[in-house]
Amino acid sequence: MPGSAEGLRRVLVTGADTFWGGRVARALESARNAEVIVAIGARAPSIPLEGADFVRVSDPNFSTLDRIVDGVGADTIVHTGLIVDSTLGSPARLHEVNVIGTMNLLAAAGTRRSTVRTLVVKSSGLVYGASSKDPYAFKESCGRSGPPTTPVERSLVDAEALVGDFARDNPKVAVSVLRFANVLGSHLRAPLSRNLARAFCPSLFGYDPLLQFVEQDDVVRALVHTLGSKLRGTFNVGGAGRLPLSELAAICGTRLVPLLPWQVGLLSAPARRMRLFDLPPELVTLLRYGRGMDTDAFTATGFEYRYSSLGAAEAFARTLRLHRGSSPSVGRRENLPWG
Amino acid sequence: MERVPKHKAPVKGEHPAPAETNGKHHQVTSATVPDPPRRSDVDEWGRSERIRQLARVLYDPIYRVWFRTEWEGLDKIPSTGGALLIANHAGALPQDAPVIMHGIEIELGRPVYGMADYFFRTVPVVGTLWSRSGGVVANPDNAYRLLRQQGQLALVFPEGSKGPSKRFAERYHLRRFGRGGVVEIAMRAGVPVIPIAVVGSEEVMPMLFRVPALSRLLRVPYFPVTANMMALGPLGFLLPLPAKFKLRVLDPITFDVAPDLDHYPRSAVMEGAERIRADLQQTLYDMLAERRSAWFG
Repeated sequence: MPGSAEGLRRVLVTGADTFWGGRVARALESARNAEVIVAIGARAPSIPLEGADFVRVSDPNFSTLDRIVDGVGADTIVHTGLIVDSTLGSPARLHEVNVIGTMNLLAAAGTRRSTVRTLVVKSSGLVYGASSKDPYAFKESCGRSGPPTTPVERSLVDAEALVGDFARDNPKVAVSVLRFANVLGSHLRAPLSRNLARAFCPSLFGYDPLLQFVEQDDVVRALVHTLGSKLRGTFNVGGAGRLPLSELAAICGTRLVPLLPWQVGLLSAPARRMRLFDLPPELVTLLRYGRGMDTDAFTATGFEYRYSSLGAAEAFARTLRLHRGSSPSVGRRENLPWG
Repeated sequence: MERVPKHKAPVKGEHPAPAETNGKHHQVTSATVPDPPRRSDVDEWGRSERIRQLARVLYDPIYRVWFRTEWEGLDKIPSTGGALLIANHAGALPQDAPVIMHGIEIELGRPVYGMADYFFRTVPVVGTLWSRSGGVVANPDNAYRLLRQQGQLALVFPEGSKGPSKRFAERYHLRRFGRGGVVEIAMRAGVPVIPIAVVGSEEVMPMLFRVPALSRLLRVPYFPVTANMMALGPLGFLLPLPAKFKLRVLDPITFDVAPDLDHYPRSAVMEGAERIRADLQQTLYDMLAERRSAWFG
């Protein structure tokens, strides 16, 4: 296993063209504990890379990935290529990237001559879904309250099942899956944060869900921490505490527009095309019931969050104010209809 | 995957988390950022003390004047630490939960989390108000966290919706205590079970019959037709009759088992549940025998 004697890794980062792949590669560059970093992706990396090599893989089939894993002599794979924002692709593409892509990658990582000993997968709390029967906080061992109903959730559940099979078939490999809470950050634009950045943010009439957030930098730090600590297993990653949507909207200086159930189905497609708001189905259930994850297991591994859920929201709101140039007077207590 | 916005912040940004292991000026960025003050007082369960306070102001006349609530043995409820409060459940649209929560909060000055069917969460407005005023979905994980990790008071009705959905003719006859989950939770959390016998709750909304077709249509656990509705029409949905509420707190019951076990023998659980149920039932019969009038106590 090359490089392992010096404790230096040979890392393969997937999804370099995604928001996270490039950032993780950059973080690994500056961590300086990797001998070789190879980032792969279908398009150019999302942010410029310095020490890492980029390999364009337009068709990530088994034989291509097998050659890359073998050629790099990778001992570590960071799989950041899972799509968790369903507005980035059709259901068919979600399946193709999340399920088929993961399957091919794991097959390539599990060949007999493979030198891979560490696999870190960036997944999402979406695997838990959001339903009225949910516990206050999902533990890693909890299942969903019902079968997945949206394409992105289904593809992530399937992808995690493949990772589970891989871990069982390859006991030599330390496999860890990180399930992240909703991310807020200065650069990330996911459906919820896009909505919060606008003057009007859709909500569901009569619901004020409790939401948990993790800050963008904490996501990258968590992935790097996982690599460094050689963790095994599944971990929830999310900031401490939960915020009601009404408070979040007040922090971000946006006004909530409560939609009635029939409006949700009718308006979400045209509103997305007109860039008024994004309301993919997994966000609708989140805006109804919210979601919380128990993050004690990951904290117990020695990870220290920079931001709580509230801190992440406030940091996000600061960058919004910078862009908007608005005054920080938004969001006094009176604006909160539900306490 | 996610796209980077066109306008980039000039200073901070593009180089997020240049890794905490890398010494010197990067160290600063990995320090935990202290939390700013909250803008609302909604806790992690969704309860808001301000909303609770408002609810108490509004409910106090109903509690004092309309129901003329009387407690007995309130001192058996601890002023600190977790305890699982259980009570008989009655009266179509039950008033026992708000009466118990209101009474304990004003007398003991500590919050009570009322655990109920997840059905409440699904109803717009009602579900949110329910959550803000201390409602939590009845779920073993939630109960464990409330009782064991946070030392709170949790109120559970072990009969579930079978209690309030029974007809007036069956009043004060306890239904079964589910599968004894209440006892199992108390065992696991290592907290006492404190039964509360409530008299008066059956008379505030006497259930005449149920309409299964409507409950299916409206997707509610049951659709009651009560004496109030017969007398007052739609207003009867909201207006309880002024029966006198009497509540008696029974002695706390502790279980001689270690907390935090994965499994408790079913026989021990059912034995505990059955004993509590028998005690509560007997207390109810005693209180009914002592009662001279449903309206004046």
